[in-house]
Amino acid sequence: MTVTIFVPRDSTALALGANETAAAIAKEAKARGIDIKLVRNGSRGMFWLEPLVEVATDAGRIAFGPIEEHEVAGLFDAGFTTGGKHPKALGLTEEIPYLKKQERLQFVRVGITDPVSLDDYLAHDGYVGLKKAIAMEPAAIVQEVTDSGLRGRGGAAFPTGIKWKTVLGAEADQKYIACNADEGDSGTFSDRMVMEDDPFMLIEGMTIAGLAVKATEGYIYVRSEYPHSIANLNEAIDAANKAGYLGKNILGSGRTFNLQVRKAAGAYVCGEETAMLESIEGKRGMVRAKPPLPALQGLFGKPTVINNVISLSAVPLILSRGAEFYKNFGMGRSRGTLPMQLAGNLKYGGLVEKAFGVTLRELLYDFGGGSESGRPIRAVQVGGPLGAYMPESLFDTPFDYEAFAAVASTVGHGGLVAFDDTVDMAKQARYAMHFCAEESCGKCTPCRIGSTRGVEVMDKIIANQNRPQQIHLLRDLCDVMVTGSLCAMGNMTPFPVLSALNHFPEDFGDQPLATAA
Amino acid sequence: MSTQNTFDMAAVESIISQRKATPGALLPILHDIQGVVGYIPPSVVPAIADGLNISRAEVHGVITYYHFFRQHPVGEHVVQICRAEACQARGCESLAEHAKELLGCDFHGTTDDNKFSLQTVYCLGQCASGPAIQIDDDLYARVSHEKFNRLIQAKRGVQ
Repeated sequence: MTVTIFVPRDSTALALGANETAAAIAKEAKARGIDIKLVRNGSRGMFWLEPLVEVATDAGRIAFGPIEEHEVAGLFDAGFTTGGKHPKALGLTEEIPYLKKQERLQFVRVGITDPVSLDDYLAHDGYVGLKKAIAMEPAAIVQEVTDSGLRGRGGAAFPTGIKWKTVLGAEADQKYIACNADEGDSGTFSDRMVMEDDPFMLIEGMTIAGLAVKATEGYIYVRSEYPHSIANLNEAIDAANKAGYLGKNILGSGRTFNLQVRKAAGAYVCGEETAMLESIEGKRGMVRAKPPLPALQGLFGKPTVINNVISLSAVPLILSRGAEFYKNFGMGRSRGTLPMQLAGNLKYGGLVEKAFGVTLRELLYDFGGGSESGRPIRAVQVGGPLGAYMPESLFDTPFDYEAFAAVASTVGHGGLVAFDDTVDMAKQARYAMHFCAEESCGKCTPCRIGSTRGVEVMDKIIANQNRPQQIHLLRDLCDVMVTGSLCAMGNMTPFPVLSALNHFPEDFGDQPLATAA
Repeated sequence: MSTQNTFDMAAVESIISQRKATPGALLPILHDIQGVVGYIPPSVVPAIADGLNISRAEVHGVITYYHFFRQHPVGEHVVQICRAEACQARGCESLAEHAKELLGCDFHGTTDDNKFSLQTVYCLGQCASGPAIQIDDDLYARVSHEKFNRLIQAKRGVQ
C-alpha cells in the first residue's frame, strides 16, 4: 500500500532543511522498499516544528517534527509510516493545540494542499467563490464584499467594498487590479505564506475583483526577496490559464482577466500604494500626491483597485460562504479574521489566524509560549517598522483597529515582534529613524530630512548630550513628520519612536517624560 | 573591484528588444540584465534608454533608486544577513558582527579573494525563525554562529 508523506515546500521549511529531509525520506523509502507518495505541501505555520513531516493515516495526518535530514533513518527505524512510536511524534496534526485553537477560515488549505496543484485546490473548495461571482452582477459582488465588513489588511484598514465601488463607477477603456505583495514589514509573512502555500486563493480573489469592477488586467507586485512566492504564483497562474480560470472567456462566461507577476527591486516604500504604481510603470518608486485617488487615476492613469494579498485572498471565502458568515467573526468595526504573525523572540513563532478581538497577551503567551530566551517579554512591536512598541501594560488590548488606535498603536498587517528585557528602546527608536532615512523615497521634506535629523537627535540622546532639550526636539520633529509627510512612511515612523519614548522613558535617561504623544 | 569585466552585450540587446513593448518595461529589463550579467554595467544604460525612448538620466535614476540593482560586479557568493526588527529580537546584530569578522569584510564589501560579498537585507520573511540569512539563492533560518561558519566553510570548499 502506498503511504502518503508530506514535507513542506514553504520557504521557512526550506530554510530549515526541508528539501534535504524530503530527499532523505525518498532515499530511505526506496532503500527499504517502502512505497511512498511524497507531497510537498505548504506549511502549517508552526515554524518551531519545521521541517514538519506528516504521514496520512485513516484517522488523519500524524505529525513529526522538527525532522532534520540525519533523523530520517531513525523515523523509518521506528516505523513511522505504520504508526510506530518516535520521540518527535506529535500525534494528529489537527489536534495540536496551536492549530486547534485557531479560526482558520482563510488559511483553511494552507499546509494541507500541494500549493501549485489546481486539482488539490478544487478538491478543497477552491473556485467556489468565482463560480458564484460569475453568476452575479458586478454591483452585487461589490455589495457582498461591502457587506462582509472586510477592511484593507495591508494596514490602512480602508473598507474594501467602498474602494471597489469607486472603481466600478469609474468609466474607462481599461481598468486594473493591482495586488500589493511588497510585504516589506519585518515580522510579517502572511502574504508570503498565501503566495507560496495557497497561490490559487489570491488568483481567485483577484479574478473576482476583476469581475466586480470590470477590470481585465491584473498585476501582482511581489518583493524581490520572495523568489519562492514569485515561482509558485507563476506556476499557479500558468495552470489557471490552461484550465480556463484565467485569460479570455473565463469558465465560458465571456469575461476576460489576465494576470501577471511583477518583481519589485528592494525598495520598502514601494509598499505604499502610489509608489508601487510608479514602480510597476517602470519608474523610481516615488510616492504620488493624492488626489487623484488611484481608484480613479491609478496604474497607467487608469482606474485601479489596489489591495493587499490578504484582503484579496479573503474574497473567495466571502463569496463562497457569504458576507453574513464572514461578518459574524470579529468585534466592533473589525470584522472577520486576521492571520496574525508571531515573530521575534517567541518560543512558538508562526501563523495564527483568529477572529478580531483576541488580545495581544493571548497571542504572546497562549500561542507564542512566551519568549524563547526565557526572559520576560518587555516590548512588542505590532504592525511592522512603522508600528508602535507596546509595553506589558497594554498586552490586554484586543486586536481591533479602533482599540489599537485608541492606545496610539496600529494593527497594521497583523505582525507582532516580541523583544525580551535585553532590548534597549532608545536604540530601537534610533533604528526606526535610521530605517526611514534608508528607505524614504525623498519626495517630501519631513520624511527625507526629518528622518536623518531624527537619527542625529537619537545619537545625542543615547550619548547623554543635553537630553531634555534633545527629547523636546525629537517630539517636535515627530510632530512635523506626522502632520507634514506625504505618506505613511514619514507620518508613521514617529509611532515606534514616540511609543518607545513614552512607554520606556527609563531607556532615554532619567527625565520624567510621561507626556502623551 | 573592476568595472571593466566583459559581458555579453548581445544578450543585453536581446533582452531589451524582447521586453521593450511590455508596459512598464524598465524594471523587468533591469532584472533580466542583472540575472544574466550579475549586475547592471553602466555601459548598457544608453542601449536601454534608446530601446525605451527615455533619457539616460531616467534609466540611471531607476537603477540607483532600487537597492536590488547593483552597478558593479560582486563576489562569487552573495551573503545577505537580515537586520530588521524580528531578526534583531533574535540576535542578528551579534551574527552580523561575527560575519564581518569571519569574512574579513564589512557590509557592502567583498572579500579580498572575491569569494564573498556581504550585504544587509531588511526582511526575508522568516521572522519567526531568525536570524535569517540568504547565500546566493538559498535561505537559511535559525542561523547560529556555528551554523554560519559551517555554511561559509561549505561555500569555500566548493567552487
